[in-house]
Amino acid sequence: MNFQIKETPEIFDVVIVGSGAGGGMAAYTLTKAGAKVCLLEAGSYYDPADPQYITQMKNPWESPRRGASSTRPFGDFDAAYGGWQIDGEPYSAVKGTEFHWFRSRMLGGRTNHWGRISLRFGPNDFKRGSLSGIGDDWPIGYDDLKPFYDKTDKLIGIFGSVENMYNEPDGIFLPPPPMRLHEHFIKKAGTNLKIPVIPSRLSILTKPINDERGSCFYCSQCSRGCNKYADFSSSSVLVIPAMKTGNLTLINHAMVREVLTDQATGLATGVSYVDTKTMAEVSVRAKRVVLGASACESARLLLNSKSARFPQGLANTSGVIGKYLNDSTGASRSGFVPSLMNRDRYNEDGVGGSHIYSPWWLDNNKLDFARGYHIEYGGGMGMPGYGFGMGMQGSNGKYPYPNGEKLPAGGYGSRLREDVNRFYGAHIGMAGRGEPIPLETNYCEIDPGKVDKYGIPTLRFHYKWSEHEIKQAKHMQDTFEELIIEMGGIPLGNKPGPETNYGLEAPGKIIHEVGTVRMGDNPNRSALNKYQQAHDVKNLFVVDAGPFVSQGDKNVTWTILASSMRTSEYIIDQVKANKI
Amino acid sequence: MKRRDLIKNITLTSVGLATAQVLPAQSENIAAGKPKKQKSNYGRTPDEVKRDEKLASDTFFTPGEMAVITRLCDIILPAEGSSPSAVQVGVPAFIEFIAKDMPYQQVPLRGGIMWLENYSRKLFGKSFVAITPANQITIVDAIAYPELATPAVSAGVAFFNLMRDLTLTGFYTTEAGFEDLGYVGNRPNNWEGPPAEVLKKFNF
Repeated sequence: MNFQIKETPEIFDVVIVGSGAGGGMAAYTLTKAGAKVCLLEAGSYYDPADPQYITQMKNPWESPRRGASSTRPFGDFDAAYGGWQIDGEPYSAVKGTEFHWFRSRMLGGRTNHWGRISLRFGPNDFKRGSLSGIGDDWPIGYDDLKPFYDKTDKLIGIFGSVENMYNEPDGIFLPPPPMRLHEHFIKKAGTNLKIPVIPSRLSILTKPINDERGSCFYCSQCSRGCNKYADFSSSSVLVIPAMKTGNLTLINHAMVREVLTDQATGLATGVSYVDTKTMAEVSVRAKRVVLGASACESARLLLNSKSARFPQGLANTSGVIGKYLNDSTGASRSGFVPSLMNRDRYNEDGVGGSHIYSPWWLDNNKLDFARGYHIEYGGGMGMPGYGFGMGMQGSNGKYPYPNGEKLPAGGYGSRLREDVNRFYGAHIGMAGRGEPIPLETNYCEIDPGKVDKYGIPTLRFHYKWSEHEIKQAKHMQDTFEELIIEMGGIPLGNKPGPETNYGLEAPGKIIHEVGTVRMGDNPNRSALNKYQQAHDVKNLFVVDAGPFVSQGDKNVTWTILASSMRTSEYIIDQVKANKI
Repeated sequence: MKRRDLIKNITLTSVGLATAQVLPAQSENIAAGKPKKQKSNYGRTPDEVKRDEKLASDTFFTPGEMAVITRLCDIILPAEGSSPSAVQVGVPAFIEFIAKDMPYQQVPLRGGIMWLENYSRKLFGKSFVAITPANQITIVDAIAYPELATPAVSAGVAFFNLMRDLTLTGFYTTEAGFEDLGYVGNRPNNWEGPPAEVLKKFNF
């Protein structure tokens, strides 16, 4: 233990907190422009191409638990360290409310765990407030972000198809992979039901885009990180290239405690962090501070940066920091498709995710809930892992064998081999991901008297779904059942009803939380201006999803990337103009 | 490796060599034919290595309990044709690991074995592994079919369901399981959609 406070000798042009999508993009854009940048990451180093970290292409038997989720919440082979619970880093929720906070302590943060689903927000997603009378508009519109979505597409790479749907703007796409067999079934059912089913838009390289990254070899394992850098993760695509510029100082194991300010000028002067290996306190001085620590972590950091001049926390004159926390809704259902039994075998791994999805297709003015959702699909002849073959007694008594004979459910012996083989690849799943209403009453705040193992005050959450999200989940369940039946399938389990909020997942479980450090034109109602620059502190910026006023019915990573690039370019312009 | 060296090597590793580096380890395992004791060659963090080593060095089941598990695995998935049995590919050891790794499975497994032993003694006066194979099958038949079983043996049904689950998962996550299933993925390839004859069969 070392109680002496160390200070780095250098004054950096910019210090960035967090190496995920937002922090990584800022580090990339700023170092490429020649800025001397210090990037702080609370977790360890990680490079998906370095054998010591690789889980990709491993077989299930290389894990003694066959890939089960005992240590990593998405299984042994998932690339992301961390999870909803981290030793020594607690959080809490106000009684009667619930929030689950997923954190990934490693280079690249939560870009190491996601489906590479890379959707642009559409024009309407920036003005839901004025369109529906519920919620707020963004201070920017699609046209402000479009150039940065375009540049992100070209820099990182994304596949998809041009569809000309107004609120699902097309990007600059690589070719999408052809559909798997069950995806043909889903597409046909969707067409019959007038539900659009279009190629997914994933940041995976179906064609090479430069000499530094390979292209997809279809192992279906993006969630394990790609040793050829053929998908997007912040480490491989942004941070490691930023390091190659020679302008980046990356410090791992740096858990940031607070943003430091000059009490006379009110400007940010750097940050202080705890070195998690030695427990030493270190401060980094910089001319500008950029937070990309994740929505809740950036809010926590600002609320913890209290001083005489900023008694409510930094950049919080409005008192809005922590409020309007919102996560995607999520509900799912699975089904069994008898005509997919006894399938011919071939390698159906494909890319790491569904090759199709359904963007939101209805008009909320004609529905009893205010926001939409999209549907993600699963199925196919995937690699067995822990859980494979379980629950056989639930289906093997229902369907006759090829000789017409039926046997009682359950059993043992060689029939089980036949059962496993005939049912393989006949299950499908679907999951809705929807837009919630951001509410002032859903928030995170500093938990009075509680600290983590670094002595940093922790968060307490207060989050409840509104009727809009619950009714949206009900609509999802009705749609899932229609789709499964239309494919000739049998929905499995009981249809989730009101007793479970129609299967609506608890807040935080979908890991798409946004909104805790709002941007807006009115400094009394927002913490940041339309460039994600603090109203109160002009050399302080937030580049994660904290600034987002709402999250659309789209997964937010692509918007984090585009917004972070936009803010980074604004910083460069402001520096050139001698304004910050 | 120093960070600078690491960066120098990134282009090489990422574009050409990485896949080739991964594959030899895999083929070694395949050649060995069954799960091989190996030290964390699948991207573990230091904390994870510690936990796995601790679990591997602990013992949960007694030899008597392991004998029951082994016999049940053999009944649930015996060898067939050229495909080995669950016991031959090490499923009992996998179940022991799961009991240590997932403490919530410990009572259902240990309690289930106790229930089975007690039932065997009531019916045949001896431990399950000491009775004749025919008598073992009599007991298994009473608990292997949830919809036919009497309410009196519902605890046995739940235990047998759990054993069936773990045996199938344990077997199909081995190389022999992949072969029995005809799983031919987890290797570099070029995805061009399902084979034409498959699409034709379903009129796509």
